[in-house]
Amino acid sequence: MVLFCIHVLCTVQERELLINHIVHNGGLYKRPFNEAFEETPMLVAVLTYVGYGVLTLFGYLRDFMRQWKIEKCQNATEREEQKDFVPLYQDFENFYNRNLYMRIRDSWNRPICSVPGAKVDMMERVSHDYNWTFTYTGRVIKDIINMGSYNYLGFAQKTGACQEAAAKVLSQYGAGVCSTRQEMGNLDKHEELEKLVARFLGVESAMAYGMGFATNSMNIPALVGKGCLILSDELNHASLVLGARLSGATIRIFKHNIISGADMQSLEKLLKDAIVHGQPRTRRPWKKILILVEGIYSMEGSIVRLPEVIALKKKYKSYLYLDEAHSIGALGPSGRGVVDYFGLNPEDVDVMMGTFTKSFGAAGGYIGGKKELIDYLRTYSHSAAYATSMSPPVVEQIITSVKCIMGEDGTTIGRARVQQLAENTRYFRRRLKEMGFIIYGNEDSPVVPLMLYMPAKIGAFGREMLKRNIGVVVVGFPATPIIESRARFCLSAAHTKEMLDTALKEINEVGDLLQLKYSRRRLVPLLDRPFDETTYEETED
Amino acid sequence: MDVKSTPSYLYWLFCQFELITCSYLMEPWEKVLFYSFNLAMLGLLLYTTYVCLAFHASSAFQLLCSFLENPRENALSVVK
Repeated sequence: MVLFCIHVLCTVQERELLINHIVHNGGLYKRPFNEAFEETPMLVAVLTYVGYGVLTLFGYLRDFMRQWKIEKCQNATEREEQKDFVPLYQDFENFYNRNLYMRIRDSWNRPICSVPGAKVDMMERVSHDYNWTFTYTGRVIKDIINMGSYNYLGFAQKTGACQEAAAKVLSQYGAGVCSTRQEMGNLDKHEELEKLVARFLGVESAMAYGMGFATNSMNIPALVGKGCLILSDELNHASLVLGARLSGATIRIFKHNIISGADMQSLEKLLKDAIVHGQPRTRRPWKKILILVEGIYSMEGSIVRLPEVIALKKKYKSYLYLDEAHSIGALGPSGRGVVDYFGLNPEDVDVMMGTFTKSFGAAGGYIGGKKELIDYLRTYSHSAAYATSMSPPVVEQIITSVKCIMGEDGTTIGRARVQQLAENTRYFRRRLKEMGFIIYGNEDSPVVPLMLYMPAKIGAFGREMLKRNIGVVVVGFPATPIIESRARFCLSAAHTKEMLDTALKEINEVGDLLQLKYSRRRLVPLLDRPFDETTYEETED
Repeated sequence: MDVKSTPSYLYWLFCQFELITCSYLMEPWEKVLFYSFNLAMLGLLLYTTYVCLAFHASSAFQLLCSFLENPRENALSVVK
């Protein structure tokens, strides 16, 4: 009867299906911007809460049993002497950890034992006490299709030009640098890398750091301080949030990707209020206004509305910090990120930040911008002063992969990979939507979140996909809102069409098995773009 | 999994119930506790339905019979 209700009673309205059309005179967008976040079906939301309610009740029961020593307590607790002090483990996060996360913990922290390319080997592990401890059986599961690694352009390889160059540099320079950038850790390789990255991005100068998270969290405090205003998107990454909080500036949040319009919490409204009212008590003008946005938001798969942000930034004379962690290399006709995707001028973005972890198969981050800015950061950034600089083989991997993408190594491999990624993205997203899953995000983003909603389905999806030899990443609370748990697929240029077809077949099967096809919008197959009543209004090319 | 045949379809329905109420994640003794609670509630519901329905059905049947046997008298009494 419940299933009958699922098929009949749920009413779903599209929250937003925005297609900005090609406007001929003075339009901001040069191509259609298709982004959709289908609303949660009411019945699914109710059943998800029911599931969480049942688990919460059982959580209380288990906590009661642990406290009264009926059951052995295997998680961290205070010592006997500390029981009268302020309790350490009673907040919701720890309750969730003990009672909900532990039950499905086997879907995370899976150890892999090969290069994380399109296929990966994983070590098999079992748990005899319901995920409190794991033991390895010794077997290695080979050739699992890897839909979880951030390997957008397929540069995570153990053979090829990048690997050979990195091996050569390893034999020349060794692996360790043993110093910070400002002391003795500034190698000629770093200078070469920075000039190359600046040329790749189209900016005056760039600086590279050893860790992507540290690039954000250590450089935002160097750029803004007290008396400045930070306007940050509500779904920004933890590194941006940490950097903003460390800086001591006032932080105001605007709703995700709502840039202009009549919404009370859009970026434009916040900017207007900031300029008109100034600082809270003294009404003095703000020293600096910095807007923090990301290129691709990895949990939603959405792309920032960059043309509108830049238009607003110029109108209200504020600064823009663009975090292209997931979008560099993955978007744009030549792989140069979200600025290239929209066809804008890189000099309009004041601080272009990105990471080398995702599309370049290495580790680290960079910041690009004007020469004065980067020279300032070389002196005043915490990361430059205290963090060890990048390891030489990693630097060489980045140099080789950037040259490959730009086409300067004499081959067309880079260009082919960028195009293959775009094709894979469109194909995969279209097929999943046709099957009837709820997929969030922009049509062109290689990050594909598939909504699961119910807590038991998070664990079930991860386990069933692994049984069918496909490795996926499932995400729940606290990375997402509590009822909107999802499985996140990261597509790669290294995935061939056969691999994608196999993966799609298995996802279809698991979707039927677990009843994951919640979408009420049925796409007409064979059309290249979502069929909607507004399609008729689109202008002819 | 052959969804067409009735036993496996029932098993599939049971799996959906397990997934929605998260008993898929529970340890065996928790499942026993949960299912026995559910069955007890279901049994109570059925018993109450049976008793209530039987009472209402029998009283409605009696009213209907009295209408059929003495139509005129009852009509006069209703008008007054």
